Amino acid sequence: MAIKTTVLSRPEMKETSYLRAALKGMKITLRHMLNPKSVTQQYPEVETRLSPRWRGTHRMEVHADGRPKCVACGLCPTVCPANCIRLVGGEDDQGNRYPVVYEIDEFRCIFCGMCQEVCPVEAIHVGQDFENAEYTRDRFVYDLDRLMNQDHPTSLLWDPTDPKSE
Amino acid sequence: MENSQIVSVEDGMVFYLITVLKIAIVFGVIMLTVAYTTLAERRVSAFIQDRLGPNRVGPMGLLQPIADGLKNLLKEETLPATASKIYFLLGPMLAMIPALVTFAVIPFAAPLPTSWGAVPMIIADVPIGVLYILALSSLGVYGVVIAGWASNNKYAFLGALRASAQMISYEVGLGLSLIAVLMLAGNVTLTEIVWKQQQIGLWFAFPLSLGFILFLICAFAETNRLPFDMPEAESELITGFHTEYSAMKFSMFFIAEYAHMLTASALMATLFFGGWDLPGSWDDMFLYDGAYISGFSGDGTPILATLSLWKTLATFLAFATKTGFFLLLYIWIRWTLPRFRYDQVMELGWKIILPIALGYAMIVAGTMLTLYQIGIDYGFVFGLVLTLVSGLCTLGFVFLVDRGGTIGGAASGRKTRS
Repeated sequence: MAIKTTVLSRPEMKETSYLRAALKGMKITLRHMLNPKSVTQQYPEVETRLSPRWRGTHRMEVHADGRPKCVACGLCPTVCPANCIRLVGGEDDQGNRYPVVYEIDEFRCIFCGMCQEVCPVEAIHVGQDFENAEYTRDRFVYDLDRLMNQDHPTSLLWDPTDPKSE
Repeated sequence: MENSQIVSVEDGMVFYLITVLKIAIVFGVIMLTVAYTTLAERRVSAFIQDRLGPNRVGPMGLLQPIADGLKNLLKEETLPATASKIYFLLGPMLAMIPALVTFAVIPFAAPLPTSWGAVPMIIADVPIGVLYILALSSLGVYGVVIAGWASNNKYAFLGALRASAQMISYEVGLGLSLIAVLMLAGNVTLTEIVWKQQQIGLWFAFPLSLGFILFLICAFAETNRLPFDMPEAESELITGFHTEYSAMKFSMFFIAEYAHMLTASALMATLFFGGWDLPGSWDDMFLYDGAYISGFSGDGTPILATLSLWKTLATFLAFATKTGFFLLLYIWIRWTLPRFRYDQVMELGWKIILPIALGYAMIVAGTMLTLYQIGIDYGFVFGLVLTLVSGLCTLGFVFLVDRGGTIGGAASGRKTRS
């Protein structure tokens, strides 16, 4: 098999000159210096815009009379891949099921949003929230009262403007 | 009374008091400018990179330098166990002092009229101005070398080694590129260099354009700024000679670097851009025979200049603008150009700058001699001819550098293979 050789031409002067490259660079930096297109978000002062698909810490929807919408069906602890939901169901005198204990360990949670998808009564939701700082670890196990008192918006799990997430 | 404002202050006690006052003010202004240059560096670099930079402390981050200074004052001073204690402490001092004292001979405004006489806006109008600056600015390298050696750290040592080699190499080019200026001004006093630029009606950057370009390159190398920051070279030597330094001692190196930058900028403004001179002859004045004159009439009698507070302020503003432009240029170039390789720095210094500066000094000398021989005296026409000659030299320099292998791109160094 014959060896095929390719003769490459040397780069032209205008490509190899340090002087021209330097001046070109100076032009670019000057343009940015005079007209900076800053993408920095001034976070604490200016609210960060979250995607409608954002999945943050949970929130439990409540009825108008203040009871949780949860019917303690047990689907969310079953589907949860991280096994972070602890649910103990109970029944009141009218025979309505309700959660006696409902705890989510937000440290174990992987924020997949499957609890929200599987919930038949749209009670548990993942939320549009990321400001979760606490001083101790045990504060990250959210109980029912805490979940019901969260006031941040809930996640849509999909983007209406981009339904196929392209 | 009218006359006393034109005559320079030479009365003993008043002179000393005014000088002390001037030293205090100039020192304060330099430190403030240095502090705010560090802020400007961070902000401008941020803008260049589409960031915001420090904007938290005070309005638009304007109190950031004060916060930095306080932090450095309150930080713990560290001393490496194997460092040589005396020299380790001496290093930052030796770096900082020459950087600050060089400013003493740079005139920064037109004389200020007071009731005791005109106060020259320069700390010390010594007759050896430029030589004093050259001597002291080369002392700055001792601080760097001693700091690097005393740290007993291999990176610091390498940084110091590079600093000494680089400073010595570019000192030569710096001095040689200045020769053209000194020849044209016929003097080494900075006040007189400013006066000569007012007389010729052209700032020396025009009749000595190539000299200015060479001086600019050498000044960058002398102040250890990118693209010549071999002694620091973060990606190669951590931070070079001040690797082991922290807190206020590090801060002193930082102040020294920026004070050097400030002095070099002021020097470029003075030597090549007329110093405090504004275009036009409104502010022309010079100390002649103890009084300020604005020129000579036809029969050689001096015309007294009129001094005013406004002239002083306007000329100071002109000087500050020019210096500020060069400071900005320093920052702008630092955040644009990558660092040279060490051998490229040495080649540029010895093989390009040195012979060209030598040849250029000869060309300027020849042109000046020819002009004097054919009877053209120092003045505007003289300057125009020199501008033309220097312009041709600059074009030749640009042509040479444009295709040279030394600072060519990566591919142009391999031109021996076809």
